[in-house]
Amino acid sequence: MEATADYSAERKYDFDVVRWFTIMAVVYLVVGAGVGVYIASELAWPFLNFDNPYISFGRLRPVHTNAVIFAFGGCTLMGTAYYTVQRTCGVSLWSNKLAWFTFWGWNAIILLAVITLPLGFTQSKEYAELEWPIDILIAVVWLAFTFNFIMTIANRKSSHIYVSNWFFLGMMVMIVYLHVVNSLSIPVGLMKSYSLFSGVQDAMIQWWWGHNAVGFYLTAGFLGIMYYFVPKQANRPIYSYRLSVIHFWALMFGYVWLGAHHLQYTALPDWTGSLGAAVSLAMIIPSWGGAVNGMMTLSGAWDKLRTDYVLRFLIIALAFYAMSTFEGPVMSLKTVNALSHYTDWTIGHVHSGALGWVAGISIGAIYHLMTRLWHTEMWSEKLVNVHFWTATIGTVIYVVAMWVSGIMQGLMWRAYDEYGTLAYTFVESVAAMHPYYAMRAVGGGIFLIGAMIMLFNVLMTVWKSVSAGSLREARGPTAVAAA
Amino acid sequence: MAEKNTPPKGIQERMERNIWGLLIVVAIVLSVGGIVEIVPLFYLKSTEEANRFPEIVWNRDAPGSQPIVTVNEQGQEQWNWNPGDGVRPYTALELAGRDIYQREGCYLCHSQQVRPFRDERERYGHYSLASESMFDHPFQWGSKRTGPDMARLGGKYSDEWHRQHLREPTAVVPESVMPAYPWLDERLVNPKKMQRHMKGLRVIGVPYNDSDIEAAPALLEGKTEMDAMVAYLQVLGTMAKLEPGVDYRE
Repeated sequence: MEATADYSAERKYDFDVVRWFTIMAVVYLVVGAGVGVYIASELAWPFLNFDNPYISFGRLRPVHTNAVIFAFGGCTLMGTAYYTVQRTCGVSLWSNKLAWFTFWGWNAIILLAVITLPLGFTQSKEYAELEWPIDILIAVVWLAFTFNFIMTIANRKSSHIYVSNWFFLGMMVMIVYLHVVNSLSIPVGLMKSYSLFSGVQDAMIQWWWGHNAVGFYLTAGFLGIMYYFVPKQANRPIYSYRLSVIHFWALMFGYVWLGAHHLQYTALPDWTGSLGAAVSLAMIIPSWGGAVNGMMTLSGAWDKLRTDYVLRFLIIALAFYAMSTFEGPVMSLKTVNALSHYTDWTIGHVHSGALGWVAGISIGAIYHLMTRLWHTEMWSEKLVNVHFWTATIGTVIYVVAMWVSGIMQGLMWRAYDEYGTLAYTFVESVAAMHPYYAMRAVGGGIFLIGAMIMLFNVLMTVWKSVSAGSLREARGPTAVAAA
Repeated sequence: MAEKNTPPKGIQERMERNIWGLLIVVAIVLSVGGIVEIVPLFYLKSTEEANRFPEIVWNRDAPGSQPIVTVNEQGQEQWNWNPGDGVRPYTALELAGRDIYQREGCYLCHSQQVRPFRDERERYGHYSLASESMFDHPFQWGSKRTGPDMARLGGKYSDEWHRQHLREPTAVVPESVMPAYPWLDERLVNPKKMQRHMKGLRVIGVPYNDSDIEAAPALLEGKTEMDAMVAYLQVLGTMAKLEPGVDYRE
């Protein structure tokens, strides 16, 4: 480790807020995955609902999605964005105070979500369930985050804006559009509102939001992470600058159109759904360009994968990114969508993206950050490797279970017997899902164990740094360092 | 830095050296897809089938006077609308049921959107039309069928079946994985709150008239959340009468 370089960075930049976002991200990973395993188990063993309104599936499922997307994903994005923008621009944050405001504001939002969702306060739009007062708070905190980020870039010492920051910027602007438009509603009580839009228009706006929460929040933002942390961890420059330019602009322009493919064969006009599907198919090219760009950064140094567990996380994440960005366009094709829509296949697809790509790249980046921010090695490298295997195996089990159950559901629903009548009742398809729902809960459980190992390892690393005084030494009195 | 003094080559480099330029171009590029796909849905006549088939939507004989349903002095419901008369706003009781449907997250496991396939027609019924959810703020089409589609549920089972099913799903469907909702029997619907909800919906274009809102307290008198939920489930997909041979969608 280049201790001196890290020491000067520690003294130059605002890292405290990054440290707190990093720790909270790991905490929320455990919480979000934990709730996920619980609701997965409710579907396999329904007695777990315990006739209790606050933990019944319909109320806990938004807690799971909000916890993983906004709590875990959000803390990861804010932490890594604040870190990357300082290091690539060569300046400290425009406002450290504003960054702390976003930390407390974002965590307050998460706390409010955990309280209000089990109570049944919801706008009932997927991944945008939070009621209007919380929506306003989200907008304020998000704009503060965006403004601070842009102003830090405006203050930069470097001549060019690094590619990671383009992706972060694109995500921030798009989330402003999406969140504001999709959340427009008329309040009819402190915690109740109705969407301003109705029916087909509301459906299109919701899935414009829904798919771009995936496309920007969970993809563009995490590509920003990828473009900084993969080259850093591999200690090599990014494979191709040109490819990153193409990747960026194609993603910014193209991803926005995809939402309509969630509404194939519904009452949404055919032109909209087909347009969404056509652009979806074209998106394979830039997505794979990006995945190749990340992976080929390792070109000539593949042996690092044998010894560097953090790099393993980053690279397996890119493999999952490539896989799910191929699967997605295939599922948007009308013939495939006719089978896959409404089934568990969609859930499997989302989780290969969420567990494989988003969590993988985040976990890799967080392990990288741990050593840079606490100025010490991980408490246990072995446990990082154990985490790598539990995360990967858990994800594969989860995704395979959902592929099988999804395709089975789709086939059972449309199966006819020899007399030309439907071969199965709906509930027969429900009963047939049981083994796969159990398998999914097990896969999720293995992933959760990995996340808990990570939390333990991270906390022990902090403890190690504190007891050895590593961080104190890094911060040190400037005079001593100069002498 | 020497680099800073060299003139930028091309648009890309110009943006990489100017955050405000990059911000503006990104903001424009990001807005295109949404504008092209969403804005036309608000004005293209072909989006809502009711533009070609006005009979899908209920036409009140004397707008502004008749409530959808009212309760007479003997405590009986009197309807000015009959099933098949066309899509109309939800009654106070149905709306209360719909609020509960949202609150309990039913839409996470049940879709309300039948697609135009043979198997879905046989399993659920006529494919869904856009105009059927024109008063649905927000839409409840869903994205997942852990349980069956609800779009044409109304009238398929008795009220009593629904009550038993909501109290204890496995009592009527042994293989069901649906949670039980026993608390719906224990809570009463709040008429004041429902009037406020109806007034809010009227502001954003749902055609409730004063008499609908005035009729709400009598209609909700002594009604439990279970009653509301059943009323909502029983009206789903029954408002418009759709003819089998007609191509409602192009």
